[in-house]
Formats: sequence, C-alpha cells, structure tokens
Amino acid sequence: MTTPSPMNPVLPDQSGFVVELEQFSGPLDLLLHLIREDELDITDLPIAKIADQFLAVIAELGLNQAADYLEMAARLLRIKAQLLLPRRLGDDEWEDPRSELVRRLLEYQQIRELVDWLQQAASRRAEQLGRGYAPPAPELPPAPLAIELNDLLAAAERVIALIPEPMLHRVVPRPLDVEGATARIQALLAAREEFGWSDVVGGRPSVADVLSAFISLLELAKRGTLRLSQREPFAPLVIRRESAREAA
Amino acid sequence: MSPLAKLLEAALFAASRPLTLAELATLDPEVGEVETRAALAELWDAWGSEDHGVELVEIAEGWQFLTRREYAEAIERAQFALRPRRLSPAALETLAIIAYRQPVGRLEVDEIRGVDCEAVIEKLLERGLIDIVSRGEGLGRPLLYGTTPQFLEILGLKGLDQLPRLDELSVALRPPAPAEPE
Repeated sequence: MTTPSPMNPVLPDQSGFVVELEQFSGPLDLLLHLIREDELDITDLPIAKIADQFLAVIAELGLNQAADYLEMAARLLRIKAQLLLPRRLGDDEWEDPRSELVRRLLEYQQIRELVDWLQQAASRRAEQLGRGYAPPAPELPPAPLAIELNDLLAAAERVIALIPEPMLHRVVPRPLDVEGATARIQALLAAREEFGWSDVVGGRPSVADVLSAFISLLELAKRGTLRLSQREPFAPLVIRRESAREAA
Repeated sequence: MSPLAKLLEAALFAASRPLTLAELATLDPEVGEVETRAALAELWDAWGSEDHGVELVEIAEGWQFLTRREYAEAIERAQFALRPRRLSPAALETLAIIAYRQPVGRLEVDEIRGVDCEAVIEKLLERGLIDIVSRGEGLGRPLLYGTTPQFLEILGLKGLDQLPRLDELSVALRPPAPAEPE
C-alpha cells in the first residue's frame, strides 16, 4: 500500500493508510474520513476506537491548526469517559452522549454533499466565458538555456559597467550644527533686543536647522543670555535679550 | 428584431455581468417592464433559433451573453480570457452553509464546520460572493451574512431555488455523481 513518509503526519503503520492533515478542512472532515475508511456506522459510533485514531492522527499536528482539532479530541475523550460511567437499567432519562456529535457529523456530511454539488456547478459554469475577463499578461518566451559561461560573465560585466558607482549610504555623525546656530543667534542678539523664531531659522528650515536652533536657544536661555516666551500656547516664539546679562 | 430588442442586445453585449429585467427596463425611460419582457423574449427567440458561438443565458436572476461550452478550451489555450479561480474546499463549505442558512452569523458557520471561519468569510466578502445582510438579535448583535448575485453567477444558477433541496441530497448525490469532464 502507501508508504508513510516521515514528512507527513501518519497513522501508525498497522492501520495501513496515510493521513495528511492538509487535505482536511477541519476536525469534522477528518472524523468523517476515519468513519468512512473503517466503514463504521455513523449513528452507532465506536467512540473509543475513533477517539484513539483521531488522537493518533493529530499527534503530529502543526500548531497553527491545532486548536480546532484539539477541541474535538477533548470532546471525543469526554464522550468516551461518559460512556464508561455506569448507568441504571431502564433509566429513561439517559441520553446517549454521542448524540450531539452524531447530529453534527450528519449535518456536516450534508454540507460536504452540497460542496460536491457546488463544485460541479462551478466547474460547469467555468466552461462558459462572459465578457470582461481581462486577458492575462502574455508570458515571456523562455530564455534560451544554451549559454556559454563566458557569455554570461561578459553580460554580467556589461551590466555592472553601466552602474556609475556603488550606492553607498553616507553616514553623517552629527548633522546638527548647534555651534552655527548659536553664532547666528548671538549675531541677532547683538543687533536687536527682540526677534522671532523665523528670524533664527529662516523661511524654509530643514529638520536639522530647526533642531540645531532649538537646542541652541535652550542652551542660551539656560545660560541666561536670552529669554524665551510665548504669548499663548502655539503662538510664535519670542526671543528677547536678557537685559540683566546685557548690563553686566 | 424590434428596436427595443436590439437595444437590450447591445446592453447585454456591453455588460460584463448578468443584467436583471429591472435593470434592462431602465435602458429606455419610455418603456416599462412588460414591454422589456416582451423584447427580451424576442431576443431570446432570436438567439435560440440561430447558431452562434455565444448564447444568451439566464443566470443570477438575469441574462448574460456567454460563450458556448465547446469553445472555452480553445479560447483559454490562446490566452484570450481567464477562467475564474477555483474555490477551496473550505470556501465552498462556508458558502454552502451560508447559502442554506442565510441570514447566518459567523458563530453558526464555525459551529457547523468545526473550525474558525473568520479568514474564509473575509475572503468570500472580498470576492463579493457573500455580503452582510443584517444584524442578529443575539449578544453583540452579530453580523449576518447572505449570498450575492455573484454567488449565483459563478455557479451558473438562475436563482437560489435551483440549489438542491436538503432532503433530496443523499438520494441525488450518493453514490457521488460522475466527475465532470475536465
């Protein structure tokens, strides 16, 4: 029969068939497969046997689909345990713990039959083309495979020669120019008693300009060279010469 | 053919999807559904009696021009058109449940399939095969899904009533119907 490959999750060899989990769309599908394989009666399920087989199959399950299968495994084991509990003879209240699972299996079986029907309908429909299907992009003819190594190397060299120079990322250790900004601000301070933010950074400052000017302003304010103020939140920054320092 | 029948023919030729009677009736504001239906019947007869490479097909509660089956292979081989992508078994299961239980919420679909169907439902929504039709009464007012005309279209069905009745299923499909010619 089939040879179990070590790559695929398989049932123990003695069961004589290989089960690949990817081919199942869910735990119910796998259960139905096991039931059909052994020609079991769906309404009188040998739960112990089915549960053992199910566990054997999912033992090598991938984690991504594990949850749904493990939930079913737990359900099977619970039903198995419930069947083992003793019950009084002639107990009318007793309900077969398998009945819920059987109902779901029958329902699922119906869905599978519908899937077959839908699949056939879709295949039949696909034999007729409507308007509006964009043609696929034409495939490129296969490249000639007969090629000499030297030709390949020469071609590669031609391509490389076209590249002007290697694109290297230039690493700038510190793009901020705080010293420059400080000098500019001090020049402004010498000329005017009060000026605005835009006087410091100009009309179209870069991020580095803004950061440099801001650090420099904070530093100068800390030293007491100038005072920063805003009339209200988000109002333009006003830079004022610190008069006390100026006098000193 | 009458001028109206020719107008319908032109519209059906230009459209890339089935057009319903109500849609066709909007072509000429002077004309009602009764006249449109008569003109459609005229067009139907004209296409039924002549031999063409395309045929007028009743599909998805409307009408559409489709190529005859025997030419699909040649057209595809020449790469003039693409067949629609096949649906995965998971997608078909989900579609089957939604088609029969609509309007239906995700939890019920999950329950019947025994797996989490969120991703599949997302894909079906994306392909326009299902749509959100209402909200349930239960906890959290879950979204309820139903099938779209596009669903009927990819299956070549005139309407939902062409789906097999559940009680007919096992009789009709066991043993499984012979595989369709590929």
